[in-house]
Formats: sequence, C-alpha cells, structure tokens
Amino acid sequence: MVEFMLPPNSRVRPGKTYPASRAATNTKTFHIYRWEPNSGDNPRLDSYEINLDDCGPMVLDALITIKDKVDSTLTFRRSCREGICGSCAMNIDGTNTLACLKPISEVKGEVKVHPLPHMPVVKDLVPDLSEFYDQYASIQPWLQTDDTPAADSERLQSPEERAELDGFYECVLCASCSTACPSYWWNSDRFLGPAILLQAYRWIADSRDQAREKRLDQLDDTFKLYRCHTIMNCTKTCPKNLNPARAIAEIKKLLLERA
Amino acid sequence: MATSNRPLSPHLQVYRPQITSVLSILHRITGVALAVGAPLLVWWLAAAAIGPEIFATTRAFWGSWFGQVLLLGWTFALFFHLCNGIRHLAWDLGYGFDLGTATLTGWLVVAGAAGLTLATWFFAYSVSGVLS
Repeated sequence: MVEFMLPPNSRVRPGKTYPASRAATNTKTFHIYRWEPNSGDNPRLDSYEINLDDCGPMVLDALITIKDKVDSTLTFRRSCREGICGSCAMNIDGTNTLACLKPISEVKGEVKVHPLPHMPVVKDLVPDLSEFYDQYASIQPWLQTDDTPAADSERLQSPEERAELDGFYECVLCASCSTACPSYWWNSDRFLGPAILLQAYRWIADSRDQAREKRLDQLDDTFKLYRCHTIMNCTKTCPKNLNPARAIAEIKKLLLERA
Repeated sequence: MATSNRPLSPHLQVYRPQITSVLSILHRITGVALAVGAPLLVWWLAAAAIGPEIFATTRAFWGSWFGQVLLLGWTFALFFHLCNGIRHLAWDLGYGFDLGTATLTGWLVVAGAAGLTLATWFFAYSVSGVLS
C-alpha cells in the first residue's frame, strides 16, 4: 500500500556526534542510521567525523574504521569486500549500492548512510530480508528438467545459448534494485520485485531448463510481475551494472507471445 | 525475538530523485491531470454547441490569466504524456533499456514536451494576432 510517511516508531531523530581527533586534517563526516532494538527508542542519525588519511578508500572501509576505532556497537553486514557476496548493500548518498564498491571520493560533501529503503530494520544498517528470500525461493531457482542425461554426459549448451544468460547470472542478490523500486516499496507483499524477476528470467532463458511454461504460468499475475511500471530505478542503481528492467520486459514479451 | 516493533527504513525521505523515477511519477501525474482536464474540455465544446452566452462565459474563463496558466499546464501534460507514452511503447517492445539510452530518451521526452508546448503556444498566439 502506498504510504509516503514513515510510521511514528520509524521517524529518524538527531543522534550523537563523534568528532575526529584534532590532529586530523583530511576529514569527512558520515551520518549513519542507527537503531537499537532493545532501547525502545526511535532510530537516530549519528554523525562520525572520520580521518580519511587513516581509512581505506571505500565507504565500507569507513564503516569498518568506525566500528574498530570509534563505536563498536555500529552494526552492518559485510563479508567479501569486493562486490561478490552482496552483503553490504545499503543506501549511500541517496542511492542503493554495495558499500565495498562505493568510493568515498564519489560522494560530494557529507556522506549519508541508511539501510536498504522500506525494509524492516533488525539493527542499524541491517534490514530483515526474510520476505525477499522467501520470494526468491518461490520462483524455484534451480534447473528443472523432465529427463535425465546419460550417466557419462552433461547437459550441453552451445556458446550462443550460454551467452543468453550474460547480464543475468551475475546477480548477487544484494537487493539493492528491489529496495530502490517504488512499486516494490508499496507492494512488496505481492510484487516479486526486480531482483527476483531477474532471477526468474535467468532460469526462463536457460536452454537446459525444461520448466519454462510452468515458470511463465507462475509469473502471469497482476501483482507478481505487472506491478513493474518500467520506472528503471532498478537498472539505475544495480552495483553490478545489470539490467533487471530488461529482464522483466523480456518476461512480459514472452507472456505476450504465448497468449 | 520480538520483531513487531521493528522500524521501517526510510524510503522516499532519503532516496535521491533520479531521471528514471521523476519522469515515471510525472507520467502518472500528467495522466491524472489529463483525466481531470478532459471534462473541462467537454464543458468548453458543449458551451460552444449550446449558445453564444455560455460560450462567452467559458471564453472569459480560459482567457483569464488563471485559465491561461491551466491551459499551459495541460498543454505540457498532454505533450509530456504523449512523448513519454511513445517511450513506454518502445520499452514494451523491448527497446531502449540500456541505462544510457533510457537517460537520453528521458531528456529527449522532456525537451520534446517543452518544445512542443512552446511551439503550440507560439502558434496559438500568432493565429490569434496577439503577437503581431
């Protein structure tokens, strides 16, 4: 449902300020969304002044610096620090991306860091992605076939057939695109969202998969698929430079051709 | 673990407006504006059919500065919705999804709608003789 305002318990209040040491000359301020589940308080925006001479180049490096040296209670997800695990997706400077791939130098002025938009917050920058993962499971993201190849053979695919998956198989399911999508904000309970639809297309487009018709039947739904109005915030924000909007359009075309 | 009191993370409040989202919501807004404007257009045409007195009333309204501002808005709404509608048709056919292309066509739609609006008003005022 469309609700422009945040619920009363979600409105962000001003928070604490942590200045850098006086010796620091090359500083940048990070305003970071904080919410402590046990406090009963509203979320707040804490400000950390960071010495860039004592910090790596990426926004994730700044978060790690804060956690190590300033405030160990700051909570965020991260793992690979090279854009392949998808853990550190968050809203930085107003758009969703992976903190490990976002250079601090790309942000003009002070840096605002929020959790992925319009999601229930577990703590600080950690959103609850349970619904997102349930939606992923609902598209049955595995190869489905009716036959079994001979024991001494694999399921073969030509280089051209394999190329059909380019731009889709690289998705790391970070949820940046889905949580950048206004349609997903208003209808995340019924609309699958760009990430999951891109993943659905990845299996539809796979020449080895034999469940295409079943997959298309499942997606042929006013909400699951057709809440996409080609806003294209998804493609604009994807940290892996993929194109969920195109994948969704391809699904719509296949459904039209079939009708 | 209690999950019911979890706050909702900020969305519209923090998400930076983009050419993608701004043109999308503008498409929705101009569509609504055109739907509201259609009965007024009918009112104008019906007045012309009914008789000179009531037509003079409508003419006075559309001729006032307020009426002119409304008409200017509707002219832009019409051309924006038309141009962006063509962009949507291309998308529905599977074209124009590259981010660079989508950004370019977005700005073309804005420029096209502004240009067509200006051209229409220039033409209308030339014909009416105000500009000569």
